[in-house]
Amino acid sequence: MGSNFAECHPVGFRWVMKAKERGCKVIHIDPRFTRTSAMADLHVAIRSGSDIAFLGGLVNYILTNDRWFKEYVVAYTNAATIVAPEYQDSEDLDGLFSGYDPEGRVYDTSSWAYAGTAAGTPNMGHGAKSANEPHSKEGNPGMDLRRYPPRSDPTLQDPHCVFQILKRHYARYTPEMVASICGCTPAEFDIVARTLCDNSGRERTSAFAYAVGWTQHTVGVQYIRTAGIVQALLGNIGRPGGGIMALRGHATIQGSTDIATLYNLLPGYLTAPSVQIPDHDTLEGWLRREMPTTGWWANGRKYMVSFLKAWYGDAARADNEWGYQLLPKNVGDHSHMPMFVAMHEGVVKGFMAIGQNPAVGGQNAVYQRAGLANLDWMVARDIFMTETADFWRAPDVKDPSAIQTEVFFLPAATVPEMDGSFTNTQRLLQWHDKGVESPGDCRSDLWFTHHLYQRLRALYQGSTNPNDVPFLSLTWDFEEEGPRREPKAESILKEVNGYTLPDRVPVAAFADLKDDGSTVSGAWIYTGVYPKDGVNKAASRNGDDWVALGWGFAWPANRHILYNRASADPSGRPWSERKKYVWWSEDEKQWVGYDIPDFQVTKPPSYRGVWSRGGMDALDGTDAFIMKPDGKAWLFAPSGLVDGPMPTHYEPWEGPGANALYKAAPRNPVAKLFNVVGNRYIDPGDAAFPIVISTYRLTEHHLSGVMSRWVPWLAELQPELFVELSPELARERGIGNTDWVTVATPRTAIECKALVTRRLKPFQVMGRTVHQVGMPWHWGYRGIVTGAVVNTLASLVGDPNVTIHEGKAFMCQLHAGRRAEEVARGLPDRALPLPHVGRRERQAAEAMIDRGITLAEQASSLDELVVKEPAPYLPLDAPIGVYHG
Amino acid sequence: MAKGFYTDTTVCIGCKACQVACHQWNGLPAEEPGERELTGDSYDNTGTLSALNWRHVKFIEQIPEDRHQNGFLDGSRWLMMSDVCKHCVHAGCLEVCPTGAIIRTEFDSVFIQTDVCNGCRACLAACPFGVVDIGSDGKAHKCTLCYDRLQHGMEPACAQACPTDSIRFGEVSELMALAEQRAADLGAHGIQAQIYGKDDIVGGLNCFYLLVDKPEVYGLPAKPELPSSNVAAALGGSAATAALLAITGAVSFRKRRMDDMSRDESAPEDEP
Ligand code: SF4
Ligand code: SF4
Repeated sequence: MGSNFAECHPVGFRWVMKAKERGCKVIHIDPRFTRTSAMADLHVAIRSGSDIAFLGGLVNYILTNDRWFKEYVVAYTNAATIVAPEYQDSEDLDGLFSGYDPEGRVYDTSSWAYAGTAAGTPNMGHGAKSANEPHSKEGNPGMDLRRYPPRSDPTLQDPHCVFQILKRHYARYTPEMVASICGCTPAEFDIVARTLCDNSGRERTSAFAYAVGWTQHTVGVQYIRTAGIVQALLGNIGRPGGGIMALRGHATIQGSTDIATLYNLLPGYLTAPSVQIPDHDTLEGWLRREMPTTGWWANGRKYMVSFLKAWYGDAARADNEWGYQLLPKNVGDHSHMPMFVAMHEGVVKGFMAIGQNPAVGGQNAVYQRAGLANLDWMVARDIFMTETADFWRAPDVKDPSAIQTEVFFLPAATVPEMDGSFTNTQRLLQWHDKGVESPGDCRSDLWFTHHLYQRLRALYQGSTNPNDVPFLSLTWDFEEEGPRREPKAESILKEVNGYTLPDRVPVAAFADLKDDGSTVSGAWIYTGVYPKDGVNKAASRNGDDWVALGWGFAWPANRHILYNRASADPSGRPWSERKKYVWWSEDEKQWVGYDIPDFQVTKPPSYRGVWSRGGMDALDGTDAFIMKPDGKAWLFAPSGLVDGPMPTHYEPWEGPGANALYKAAPRNPVAKLFNVVGNRYIDPGDAAFPIVISTYRLTEHHLSGVMSRWVPWLAELQPELFVELSPELARERGIGNTDWVTVATPRTAIECKALVTRRLKPFQVMGRTVHQVGMPWHWGYRGIVTGAVVNTLASLVGDPNVTIHEGKAFMCQLHAGRRAEEVARGLPDRALPLPHVGRRERQAAEAMIDRGITLAEQASSLDELVVKEPAPYLPLDAPIGVYHG
Repeated sequence: MAKGFYTDTTVCIGCKACQVACHQWNGLPAEEPGERELTGDSYDNTGTLSALNWRHVKFIEQIPEDRHQNGFLDGSRWLMMSDVCKHCVHAGCLEVCPTGAIIRTEFDSVFIQTDVCNGCRACLAACPFGVVDIGSDGKAHKCTLCYDRLQHGMEPACAQACPTDSIRFGEVSELMALAEQRAADLGAHGIQAQIYGKDDIVGGLNCFYLLVDKPEVYGLPAKPELPSSNVAAALGGSAATAALLAITGAVSFRKRRMDDMSRDESAPEDEP
């Protein structure tokens, strides 16, 4: 679900086909019949934006038909845990959970805590409290479980226990309700539910594979949470053939989350400090808030101190909080969409687009381009002259001289031209060696970053400004090689892995990291990838047909399946011979098996935790989910989420109509909204935009097309932008196959060809017909093949947990023929390619203020302050959306 | 030792990696760069096998109109198949070629020596599958079964690129056994699959297919015919000629390929 595995991850899909050849059943649930559906045993079409209803239906099916894996659920999940009596469910409050503040559009999440852990504890905050607060670490444990373990009722009868809450919460998700919301039939739902349950349990396991079809929603995080609940109830986590696989879109997008290109994370999933969180003022406060005292994260101090030593070296000392104050602090949500709003506001003045093409890939792409037009400077580093690099000469920019942004283009090397690692979807690091030298001035990303730092450092050298201390304190001692002075990728890997001080011997495992400043580790989760000087496990290639522990390195500690303690029953025996994976050996008195145990290797199943000791000692020999403070898989999330402890069906921000379940809160009540000029939303069911649209990718192209639209062999395979629509809708609108069509949303209108196909179908949603179309978004105005930018249609609106956009479900209108300009002109607040307050005006205003201050400072009498020249024209009262260049 | 392909269409995901790998290895340019239009024929935008497309992936949508009732549960299929030269055991093109440009190699594949070809087009009409095409150089072109790679012990580029092993390369008799087994396995699961390219198809195809529908659905002739009825009688004679030409042809082809390679290697490093 939520992925088009065969088309977007064809190489990984090889293994699905191998499994299928061996009898595995493949189910594809997707709005369209895609190349993945063609390979599946079963395809069920549901409307974009309705997956939580479908998955919630599965939860209900599993519970009402008694298909849950009882021993697993009782032992390994928090089903038995008692939740605070103050907690009120969305089923009681018509779509809202307890603690909602309608004015701030935020939840006070304290009533979602486990019973006895909420009241009177000052640091119950977990995750972001308001839309502007930065996100905390994903799944941040945060709860105060310091003194007592949570209370539980192993009989699962207590009305406040998670199991009973879960049952009540999903009781209305019947097959009929699912069908009505999703647009499938109860029979289709039933066959999926039955197949999934029949293939789960002791003898069998089932896996979910998802991609951005699940994440790109205003309830994106909760989509995945729902799958987590289904899988935990069926006992499909921590076991071979089970799990929830996030199919990540780029070769190393997993790596870029691990080594944190995200603003709110430091490497290794340590929360980036924020000035908005008072606890983050000091390292001790940060540790108190971010690191629970029980479970594996109780080791957090070692990881943080080792990380600070990696960045700041000798400047990180015991007497200065290990350099904690040198870390930059967030002042708000600095993720992608808010960054572009800040460009419009003149707050962000410079921008580096490195291997990123927001002029094509950004939601409401015209608005995002206008943000670039409001910058002082921009650097684009890429392998071709992308639409972003060339944004100032986009076809809709009538007068490029109106854009004052100074643009630098730096040519980049491609992957075969550099050494480095990829971390793929299952956390496996694989090294790649440079094959050829990059031509001309093209340089690797490492080279660029390394030499940028060196040059900046030369400029900062000798500065006495205290603001420059953090920059000058960074350690930067990577080895260089060759005439180009390329930084040695392995020397960076060594720092990421970690080593001891002062002798710089690589650390073999993260268990060896210390909190006394004697170890360095750039990202603790990667420790072990470079265990000895000259030994790079990411480059190891000793594969086999089984778990393949000798191929690459899977973080953490080369564990291929996380939480694999759960592959054995509570007493440590495999659930079945067929699904044997990691088990307790009474002879050896340790956990053994095919994988590296994700558990303390000598802790016996019979061990009883002593809570007051904290750390791993607090958890039982049956607490398989060691990263959680209570060692359990969370069916109900008492902390870490800002939009509800359990997922519930909300309509997309722009959806086709009412929510069948809730009137008070039909959409995510805490979705991140951007009420700015040029980003108009429509209300649910707006008759002017009645068609559901989803955007996606094709096998033939890659993302914004930089790596495919410039390659003739790929470009010719999908040469033109198209919209896929059903023959029924095509007939209704008088559109023939390959005809030109205009697609419009409140943001803008674009033109493309029609691909009429029965692979799409109209849905019956709550008793009426809802049409759905889809558009691949690879095209732009540069490259060998060009086409309109599909992401100009989408809005800026985000999930409140992670601020991902909602490109997978919004509403549009179709018109036959090429009418984009005319249709766009009729839109009341469409996005325009130049900011509505231009840079010149901003500069003029700033200059005027500066001049006023100087005058005031120098003036000896009031008379001198009378302005004798006309003020520059400031279009503050200009009609919205009109640019005055 | 006949080498060939077993193309299992039931695991083809239509990714076209084979098409691209073939272009890349054989240095075939894209057609009319940037000027191709959307064909509207499912996801196929290159149309046919041609002088530039020695592989071509076909997309056949079979979805009933009344899919509203039952979703896509009943009878919805999207068939994909990567088409290629069949390297026939009795090759019509080879038979009719008046210059002897088309030879049978030591791998039993059918190879056009472009330097011998005079562009007479006889082979175009003689191929019952419409594989051979005349390129802009006026000569006949088609899949070489990566003759140059085979000579170096490598598998063909397309087979190596195929992520799902829809294209399998190897000894034809071994491949045939695999295909029989696969057809039987599918049959046991209620899926009727047939091998296209046994002896009944012009005496056998070294590149054969596993299909789940009638050959015509995939654009393959149900009963392909060779150009002349006396082909069989003529085969003996031409085989001897072919063997002789094969040696000279292969040598010149390999030399050209190797020359190209060494030229590439000696290119200056920072040449833009
Ligand atoms: S065998 Fe070689 S020439 Fe023939 S289709 Fe495959 S890649 Fe192309
Ligand atoms: S590479 Fe393989 S899977 Fe992809 S289109 Fe070609 S035959 Fe099909």
